[in-house]
Amino acid sequence: MDDVREKLRTYITHELIRDPGYTLKDDEEIITGGLIDSFALAELAVYIEGEFDVYIPDPDLTVAKMNTLNQIYDRVMRDLAL
Amino acid sequence: MRLLPTGETLALPASDNSPAIIYLETGQEPITITRADLNREVERYGAVLAQSGIKPRDLVIIAHVQNLESIYAFWGTLLIGAVPSMFPTLTEKLDRQKYMDSMALLVKHSEARAVLTTVDFAPEMRAIVGCDVFDSEQLSAYVTQPGVYHTPSPEEIAFLQHSSGTTGLQKGVALSHRAVLNQLASYSDALGLATDDVIVSWLPLYHDMGLIAGFLLPLVLGIPLVLMSPFDWVQHPAMLLKAIDTYGGTFCWLPNFAYNHCARRIRKGDIEGLDLSHVRAYINCSEPVRHSSHQLFLERFEHLGVRAGQLAVSYAMAENTFAVTQTPIGEPANQHTVDRHMLENERRAVNSDAPGALVQVSCGPAIAGVDVCAVDEQGQPLPERHVGEIAIKSNCMLTGYYKRPDLNAHIFTEEGWYLTGDMGYIANGEVYIVGRKKDLIISGGKNVYPQDIEAIVNTIDGVHPGRTVVFGVPDEREGTELIAVIAETSITDKDEQQTIIRNIRRTIAEQTTITATYVSLVDRQWLLKTSSGKIARAAIRDKWLAERP
Repeated sequence: MDDVREKLRTYITHELIRDPGYTLKDDEEIITGGLIDSFALAELAVYIEGEFDVYIPDPDLTVAKMNTLNQIYDRVMRDLAL
Repeated sequence: MRLLPTGETLALPASDNSPAIIYLETGQEPITITRADLNREVERYGAVLAQSGIKPRDLVIIAHVQNLESIYAFWGTLLIGAVPSMFPTLTEKLDRQKYMDSMALLVKHSEARAVLTTVDFAPEMRAIVGCDVFDSEQLSAYVTQPGVYHTPSPEEIAFLQHSSGTTGLQKGVALSHRAVLNQLASYSDALGLATDDVIVSWLPLYHDMGLIAGFLLPLVLGIPLVLMSPFDWVQHPAMLLKAIDTYGGTFCWLPNFAYNHCARRIRKGDIEGLDLSHVRAYINCSEPVRHSSHQLFLERFEHLGVRAGQLAVSYAMAENTFAVTQTPIGEPANQHTVDRHMLENERRAVNSDAPGALVQVSCGPAIAGVDVCAVDEQGQPLPERHVGEIAIKSNCMLTGYYKRPDLNAHIFTEEGWYLTGDMGYIANGEVYIVGRKKDLIISGGKNVYPQDIEAIVNTIDGVHPGRTVVFGVPDEREGTELIAVIAETSITDKDEQQTIIRNIRRTIAEQTTITATYVSLVDRQWLLKTSSGKIARAAIRDKWLAERP
């Protein structure tokens, strides 16, 4: 399961933050911390669907629910664990 | 049937049971507000405001989230002849205290009479602003009697909209009833707006495109408006196309980045089976238009009925109420492929089919009542296809910047032209925009002054004060400019540098509405200065672009 977390971390740092050298912490606030714009949530949803075949419904795609790697990971795992 | 505004002052059409606004929110049932509902609520808000002592011509700031209450507050204020102004919304990432402070400053400088806000914001705002604060509960709880309404003269200020301006120097663009009605008449004519049109908008009401095209135009002319919040839409872009399908949307205004956002970030399953063929136009406005963004949108949504003839363009600005130009509806916007070297160095648009030539998309001809030309540095009109500053004269111009005599002395040239700060050329009577005169960055539809961000970064520990530079990096993928921040530091420890970078990102997010994409720390003396000691922004940008991995 750790590879899901690392895939998400790599995607966020490389594609969304656009800084591969950035050390993103698990509980770091990605959107309110100014690392990515809230626009990127929609992009993350496209990635998660393509990579993990997990569809995150719109009501779950919010800054409050998807602001840290932990939150994003937990949300993906909720569906993958089924 | 074609639509034109009636009357000499802004007003809503008479009550009936037709839908005025359909408000959409993710996870909620759609709310339909009929014209009767709208007029009833607006009258109630107006009566409460009048009873609370708000007088004609008082400035009333609306600091709300984008919802129906903010709409009633705007129109209620207008109804009693007071002057409403929509203030940007507090977002999840903006620092709350900073927001309250900037509101207090605005109230002070603009001599606002009252702030209308949410129940949530009201207590803090009351403590900090020097005027009355009314929350939504107060405004709806009052037992009211019909108010006595002031009928303004057409030359009176109807409302203020915010122009771009550096922090602390908010420029309220004051527009008269006559100017706004002239704009609505000319613009609806240019669009051929008719009774069966439906406008769909996610745009913020504190921006001219949202307030005029995505709000006043449908409400005043009496056609349905399907509205959502910008914050909801950016996170859930498919809701726009679903709304166009469900409600038969025919017009939709979008800044350039939104074409990329929709094309790249809408999930396949979210739009299966939608029919967008009835759309008369998506109108690209308020950011430089990119041919590649139109192409991306077209390719992604062609199977749903999107066609090149739907992709229209407008050039607009708050000072002209809104639209200056509009390409003909139903036809693809004209475009030129021009020689890059000739454009940049000779300042002329010369057709070219050589590799590396630039595609310039037309913004169309001026709408009725507006004259437009390109002028040289002496203010003299230039021949066609010569690049100069775009200048306009119109019957829908601002009256002035509200309470800003310092600015109002210089709004127009001696010949009465308004100089826009945009650089462009005219060809066959159509306007083509090629850039900006100043350092303004337009990122995601928002105007960003690099100086504002630099001032914020200069206060961060570890950054050498006065040694920060901010510039825009055009990004093909996003269809807009991204923000780069380069700051000098003496700190060499990598962990400490990461902490500084985190602080820079967080502080920008909390104090502005933008997110910095690229943040780099550099050694002392990395930043280039001009011979007069100023930061050489353009040269630094070139150096950074050349050196970046």
